[in-house]
Amino acid sequence: MSAALALGDDALVLSHRLGEWAGHAPVLEEEVALANIALDLLGQARVLLSLVGDEDELAYLREERAFRNLQLVEQPNGDFAHTIARQLYFSVYQHLLYERLAAGDGEFAPLAAKAVKEVAYHRDHAEQWVLRLGDGTEESHRRMQAGLDALWRFTGEMFQPVDGLDGPPSGVDREELRSRWLAAVADVVERATLTLPTGPQSGGWAAGAGRQGLHTEPFGRMIAEMQHLHRSHPGASW
Amino acid sequence: MAAVTADQKTQKTFGTAETTDADLVAAFDATVAADERIEPRDWMPDAYRATLIRQMAQHAHSEIIGMQPEANWITRAPSLRRKAILMAKVQDEAGHGLYLYSAAETLGASRDELLDKLHAGRQRYSSIFNYPTLTWADVGAIGWLVDGAAITNQVPLCRCSYGPYARAMVRICKEESFHQRQGYELLLALSRGTEAQHAMAQDAVNRWWWPSLMMFGPPDDASSHSEQSMAWKIKRHSNDELRRRFVDICVPQAEALGLELPDPDIRWNEELGRHDFGAIDWSEFQEVLKGNGPCNEQRIAQRRTAHEEGAWVREAAAAYAAKHAPKPSPSSSSAAAPATASARDKPSARTGASARHEEETA
Repeated sequence: MSAALALGDDALVLSHRLGEWAGHAPVLEEEVALANIALDLLGQARVLLSLVGDEDELAYLREERAFRNLQLVEQPNGDFAHTIARQLYFSVYQHLLYERLAAGDGEFAPLAAKAVKEVAYHRDHAEQWVLRLGDGTEESHRRMQAGLDALWRFTGEMFQPVDGLDGPPSGVDREELRSRWLAAVADVVERATLTLPTGPQSGGWAAGAGRQGLHTEPFGRMIAEMQHLHRSHPGASW
Repeated sequence: MAAVTADQKTQKTFGTAETTDADLVAAFDATVAADERIEPRDWMPDAYRATLIRQMAQHAHSEIIGMQPEANWITRAPSLRRKAILMAKVQDEAGHGLYLYSAAETLGASRDELLDKLHAGRQRYSSIFNYPTLTWADVGAIGWLVDGAAITNQVPLCRCSYGPYARAMVRICKEESFHQRQGYELLLALSRGTEAQHAMAQDAVNRWWWPSLMMFGPPDDASSHSEQSMAWKIKRHSNDELRRRFVDICVPQAEALGLELPDPDIRWNEELGRHDFGAIDWSEFQEVLKGNGPCNEQRIAQRRTAHEEGAWVREAAAAYAAKHAPKPSPSSSSAAAPATASARDKPSARTGASARHEEETA
């Protein structure tokens, strides 16, 4: 599996989910912020997919089993707290990963160096909202905890090795990534007066399922919507 | 320079003890007559204030409701490039709504109150957004025609007599022109594409042309606010004048696009030096204004739902801000409750996000 495909699919799929918020956000400033994050991720996806082939062929003409994204990013938006929990888990991971890649001399270093600035903003946005929702009202506390709990079982996949990224000479150390991720997430969760979930990080799934093209049911419906128009006009350019 | 002028006017109107109502009116009239700007602290007639609040609120609401027909296609955009353009555009619209609510707040209105009025159906938004986006080409038709009509309407507002509105329009028009070119380019790609794509583009233009002409408002002889707004220099041109200007701009653009405007009566009038065009179906316009357009209910319902379902998020942000507000020092404990004030403040990450947006689109 190509590492660019894995990273590109993560960004593409999460961007799509965030795009579903347009016109539905709880406050106008969040319309701007969520679209901003979605755009950053879409920009990253386009660069990464272009390293593999034609970005549109890859986005619009692959079937579900050929996507290599994490199951975490394909999870439906749920309520705002659910979306923010997904953002926290993913953007802390992506930030740590891209910092590492940017510091190395691998093929992703230049891309990661640019993206890491965007991702630092995404991470800050997610952390600030976890604090506000966790330490806001009783209801927001309950919803934020529910979001963190529901998505916890999809977090283990982030720490499965990806060919081309992991191992020597300049690769990512997943165990180090996991411990740094856990420390960062635990810190925010604690400051937000919330509890770090304790269940298994991979639920009933084989480790690294999404990376192998094994996805959850909502994903097929998501890409059906995403691909429908493009597939209806074979060979057309837009 | 505008600020200096405003301060001078303030001194002129409020600086002397003998200032009378007649002096205030005279100073206001002189400012408007000299094509200078009225600023928030200046005296202004109550009706001028009310008209501006109404118009700016309606304008802001149109940006917010106008996100819906386009956002309808974000998840189905047919290429990643088009998807990025569309997301950026919808994001810009939210930003425009924010500028305009801020400008309206300089007149003493509050954003929350204006949104409540929108949700209650007591303030309007542009009738155009009550039409559905049925195909991808509609996204292009909205960019070309709807944004084009908006720009034709809004460029003169950059010289509007009320300073904060005029300045908001300068920023907004820059971004809108960009969107309009992108919409035109989208339609051009379809028009030159496959037969099915060309047909899709033509169908979209057929459906959006007449509603776009209606965006300029009722004909001059039936426009209730026009005369006063023109006297106050809020408005610079009549509805019919702007509509004609728009038709003159669109005819050659349609030719260049290779698409037809759905009006057999459009022809060049040599004598008047402009295009004649067919009669607008004003009964349809009236129905849409009354709430009977294809999407009126859906648009307001979605807006209300987003607002209601987001209430707990806004409450959480306010509660968090109140808990984490700086504690008042003992010496100032009798001052107005800081918790109340800070609960109304917007959380910092949000302001950060919109500041960043402005940077990127500037």
